[in-house]
Amino acid sequence: MPLDHAEAVALALSFKVSLVGVFASLPFALGCAWLLARTRFFGKPLFEGLLLLPLILPPVVTGYVLLIVFGHHGAIGRLLDAAGLSIAFRWSGAALAAAVMAFPLLVVALRNAFESVDRKLENAAATLGAGPWRIFFGITLPLSVRGLVAGLALAFARAFGEFGATITFVSSIPGQTRTLPIALYELISTPGGEGGALRLTLVAVTVALLASLVAALMLLRGRSRPSEIEA
Amino acid sequence: MIDLDLALQRGEFSLELAITTPLRALALFGPSGCGKTSTLLAMAGLLHPRRGRMAIDDHVLFDSAAGIDLPAAHRNLGVVFQDARLFPNMSVRDNLRYGMPRGAAPAAFDDAVSLLGLSTLLKHKPGQLSGGQARRVAIGRALLRRPRALLLDEPLANLHREARAEVLQHLVRLKQEFALTTVMVSHQHDEVAALADAVALIDDGRLAALQDIAEFRATPAAPYAATTAPDRCAAR
Repeated sequence: MPLDHAEAVALALSFKVSLVGVFASLPFALGCAWLLARTRFFGKPLFEGLLLLPLILPPVVTGYVLLIVFGHHGAIGRLLDAAGLSIAFRWSGAALAAAVMAFPLLVVALRNAFESVDRKLENAAATLGAGPWRIFFGITLPLSVRGLVAGLALAFARAFGEFGATITFVSSIPGQTRTLPIALYELISTPGGEGGALRLTLVAVTVALLASLVAALMLLRGRSRPSEIEA
Repeated sequence: MIDLDLALQRGEFSLELAITTPLRALALFGPSGCGKTSTLLAMAGLLHPRRGRMAIDDHVLFDSAAGIDLPAAHRNLGVVFQDARLFPNMSVRDNLRYGMPRGAAPAAFDDAVSLLGLSTLLKHKPGQLSGGQARRVAIGRALLRRPRALLLDEPLANLHREARAEVLQHLVRLKQEFALTTVMVSHQHDEVAALADAVALIDDGRLAALQDIAEFRATPAAPYAATTAPDRCAAR
């Protein structure tokens, strides 16, 4: 049951958009998760609530907010246009939408992973002269690697399935913004598109299953080695 | 010279100690949970006293009056925790090298490895070590930091008899070969008698007595020789 050209293009685009979106947002997710796991500051519940907002808001609302801010008439969109880096109605816009929608999953997974690293190990590293960056990259992050991989897998799956915010923000342009879910939606609403819709559904289910399998394996293996994590 | 004067609050527990000794190896001796480890953690920069002054020789670690509170990373102390705290993601070799100053002579590494008998363990991960081996690696890691002083928190606790004897023997050698200032926490009479030059008897967050080692050895039935954790202190 091979994919036709348009379906293959949509699939490849979805991979590109999801991977770029998730990996580009990773440094921000690491920073936010570390702040939540390791610091106390005024307004932390509000900060946490804002980070989780894309998980709760209707995706169309998120897409519309992105359009208002990053569209051709948006505050940031105009600056990007002037710099020749326009993202509205381009694949990079779809990657931004995917990143925003997947961001909360990545942050939550990383936060849990950081919180499960024993702070006594970080304290021991500090007494050995290590500064915060060396402790983070040498101790905290390596000991969080399972949570990191699980978070990346879940965020990738969420980004791969992103529909509402993407179609609202960057519409459906073949080869640019028509990702797999959008192509699937269009096939469903086109007479004779059932075969293609079924093929893309199978692909979507397979990708989601693989991603959740990776996440489950990582989290299970992490839990089965408590000796690495002190109470 | 070890100079400690600190007031520290942890929940309902209050610690107020003033100890000054010109001797190089000080033991904080007393029942579990009566402030010995808190004192050590305050010296290491991991607990922050309400007020006081802590200094080793002329190196001031903390002085509330002068507004000095060096971060743990800048105190240059070799801390050996009771639970070893080896980094599980690194080999023994990488654990040992973690705190080494840049430009340290490779011979220093080889010397510490040989002194502590770690040469066959370098490629192991901490999870593969016995309790005594892990403790020796933790001691080596602290030593290789080239610290101004060594802080040992119950270095022989939770080890079986053979491992205890083995680590004690290495600590005695260490004391003989390095003239390093050492502050050690213990509630075991024999390890204090073997390793310390001065003993601060601590009870419920207060200094009960400061003895030199001859006085301490002469009173083998010292208050905590037969006890480990009186009820009033056990919660801490």
